[in-house]
Amino acid sequence: MSEHVLSSKTYYGIWIALMILTVVTARVAFIDLGPFNTVVALVIATCKALLVVLFFMHVKYASEKLIKMVIVASIFWLLLLLLLSLADYGTRYVRHG
Amino acid sequence: MATAVITPERENYLNQEYGIKSWLLTVDHKRIALLYLVSITFFFFIGGFFALLIRLELLTPAGDLVQADTYNKLFTMHGQVMIFFFLIPSIPAVLGNFLVPLMIGAKDLAFPRINLLSWYLYIIAGVLMLHCICTGGVDTGWTFYTPFSTAFSNTKVVEAGVAIFIAGFSSILTGLNFVVTIHRMRAPGMTWSRLPLFIWAHYATSIIQLLGTPVLAITLLLVVFERLFHLGIFDPTRGGDPLLFQHLFWFYSHPAVYIMILPAMAVESEVVACFTRKRIFGYHFVAMSSIAIAVFGFLVWAHHMFVAGISLYSALIFSALSYLVAVPSAIKVFNWTATMYKGSITFTTPMLYAFGFIGLFTMGGLTGLFLAALGIDVHVTDTYFIIAHFHYIMVGGAVMGYLGGLHFWWPKISGRMYPEWLGKFAALIVFLGFNLTFFPQFILGYMGMPRRYWQYPPEFQVLNVLSTAGSTILAVGYVLPMVYFLWSMRYGKIADDNPWGAAGLEWQTTSPPPTFNFDVPPVVTWEAYNYDQIPAPAEEVSVER
Amino acid sequence: MSDSPAALERHDQHRPHGPELLHHFSSAQQQRDAASLGMWLFLGTEIMFFGGMFLAYLIYRLWYFNEFAAGSRSLDITLGTVNTIVLICSSLTVALGVRAAQMGKRKLLVILLLLTLIFGLAFLGIKGVEWYAKYKEHHIPGASFDAGDLIRDYPQIHIDPAHAQIYFSLYFAMTGLHALHMIIGVGLFTYLLYHSMKGRYGPEYYTPIEMGGLYWHFVDVVWIYLFPLLYLIDRKPLG
Repeated sequence: MSEHVLSSKTYYGIWIALMILTVVTARVAFIDLGPFNTVVALVIATCKALLVVLFFMHVKYASEKLIKMVIVASIFWLLLLLLLSLADYGTRYVRHG
Repeated sequence: MATAVITPERENYLNQEYGIKSWLLTVDHKRIALLYLVSITFFFFIGGFFALLIRLELLTPAGDLVQADTYNKLFTMHGQVMIFFFLIPSIPAVLGNFLVPLMIGAKDLAFPRINLLSWYLYIIAGVLMLHCICTGGVDTGWTFYTPFSTAFSNTKVVEAGVAIFIAGFSSILTGLNFVVTIHRMRAPGMTWSRLPLFIWAHYATSIIQLLGTPVLAITLLLVVFERLFHLGIFDPTRGGDPLLFQHLFWFYSHPAVYIMILPAMAVESEVVACFTRKRIFGYHFVAMSSIAIAVFGFLVWAHHMFVAGISLYSALIFSALSYLVAVPSAIKVFNWTATMYKGSITFTTPMLYAFGFIGLFTMGGLTGLFLAALGIDVHVTDTYFIIAHFHYIMVGGAVMGYLGGLHFWWPKISGRMYPEWLGKFAALIVFLGFNLTFFPQFILGYMGMPRRYWQYPPEFQVLNVLSTAGSTILAVGYVLPMVYFLWSMRYGKIADDNPWGAAGLEWQTTSPPPTFNFDVPPVVTWEAYNYDQIPAPAEEVSVER
Repeated sequence: MSDSPAALERHDQHRPHGPELLHHFSSAQQQRDAASLGMWLFLGTEIMFFGGMFLAYLIYRLWYFNEFAAGSRSLDITLGTVNTIVLICSSLTVALGVRAAQMGKRKLLVILLLLTLIFGLAFLGIKGVEWYAKYKEHHIPGASFDAGDLIRDYPQIHIDPAHAQIYFSLYFAMTGLHALHMIIGVGLFTYLLYHSMKGRYGPEYYTPIEMGGLYWHFVDVVWIYLFPLLYLIDRKPLG
């Protein structure tokens, strides 16, 4: 892992951003955006996750690409599971429930 | 190669410390490999015992040896024990554990204590599984299909599920150890392009273990929860989808078959190179094929579900992808064969197993292509054709790779030679017994004999009798190595450091190696498989002593 | 973390080094790099572990959106938001703790680890309160499950109790597995707190703090996704 020592200001800044995004996602849920509610919620969640991974987990300052590859590969494999399964579920009869 | 004169006996990993504590609390990867060797051999014979009972029942068309429910338990336990407690650990946990640090010039794996934890998790899982077997067993088939496993089976599904869950973590930790070791602990000069193909294949295997096994773990956990708390996630009467279980299950269990075959391919590369005294043809293609198998292997799982109820469109996609996954395996077979062309071949026991592997794996693999075709699969799925297909790969491929590897590295592991003529004899018995057992099953399946049935129409009897006869011969072939390996530890000829004249860092240290593998840490300045620089062994090793 | 086993001690080529370097590594840097890669690979496996449940969630949310929406509304959004904030604060204290270790500030490290533990326990406590509320409302799957209140509260949509039970099954499975990881994290950090009080970690050796931190952050990231997926499915004003 990197020996890079981040300033505490950076950490507090990320923390404030995370708090704001949390409040935003909770409030936006009450606004009717149709199908985009889900999209917005997931986008905000991904932004929060990126902040934690890049800054709190120091991935932005990682000295080698290997760690980033591990993260990308894991997420890619999860998406593989979800999307290839959808190849089946998405092309069956649509269930009404 | 200098012949070692060992008087008095040099200090090595076997004699450095004595006593049961030094074994049960060891963190030496070589000792842990031997702990695994003993345990998986034990479970191999347990699984084999169930196989023999199955074949005994199938001698006659009537269900006259055991009851139908009991028969269901027999094939379930055979599958679960063989897959999770023998095949998945076998080569990686025994040969991989022993050889990975040696081959890359390291003193041990990256996490020796986690390595020991892996073994203890395996043992705990094994004990739980044994308890499950002895107190009633499971009858769901090794595939645990829902809703039978979650709502209807009266057998010990929870216990078996938990046992396999724990065994899964053993597998994950082994894979984790290997990946970190290969990335971080290669000796100076050991670049990725100089790694033995054994390492590449185990690296690919470890990737599969890391990415796939957790999905099996969560799936089994959900089955356990569903059974304990009557949830309904997989229950169609309550809105659940049984196919969701199958998607989750096969997402792991298909790549799992590559966990089982890649290490055997790893052995194949080393043995073929040594006994043709040539660099493996197309080194980079073989290395990249290992990675390709690991990746493509995750894209094809629903070919186990063609008749289960998935949509036709997804079936088409998975069928096409299943053709794709055969390509890297074929590349490997072509490259091994090309290596043999104009090579200087010696027919030692490991090489006999290697020949057997190529032929039988190719047959198993090709029949896999038949199955990828939807039209054929609909006809032969859930018949003995499938059983023959996967046994050709798992037994004709993986087990023969395992045995070949055990013979090849036995001198390094034990410091002794096994009796070569007995080795060849046993290999022949295994080959004959195997083909007699499983080739008739291709025909039986094509003729329509279903799998997992304890009785069958009388017209199938002749082929079944042949198959059972073959299985008894195969059993003899498996018992023989166990006997003469044990015998060799006391009475076998003392082995040279490099009796085969093989390339690879493991052969540059003593047989057996010292605890820290190398007296002087190696610095690598040569390419892999540098057989042009290594003289053939001084004495003719294929001649019986 | 614990001392090297006896067998490794007897290696004859003994270079001088700090007490934490294990003998099979050739340098402290190699040991650190191995630990880091190992922890990230482990977190990768955890992504796949939770991932199986995300697939189940995805399919059933597509199939039974009404029941999922109703079930989601029955969760206390205030407590959920508070818990999210609690975990984010704990991630801050963990990150600052790693920094304190890097800079050799032992007392600060101890305080930050203690705060992390307090936040973690607070999360678990609030989760317990939420689960108890589910128990009172008969939303725990099993024999006592009763979706009657959901049917009464949302007369305008059709709610099948069996489908609602699937939502709550996934709710408890996902938050339960997450809580189990939190408990393990609390145990881990108790260990780290104990050893940091004994002065074990400093600029030359703070790998366990860093690795523990990675684990803790990961558990936080999982919650970052669980919160909208479970609590915020459909909070639009009704009617």
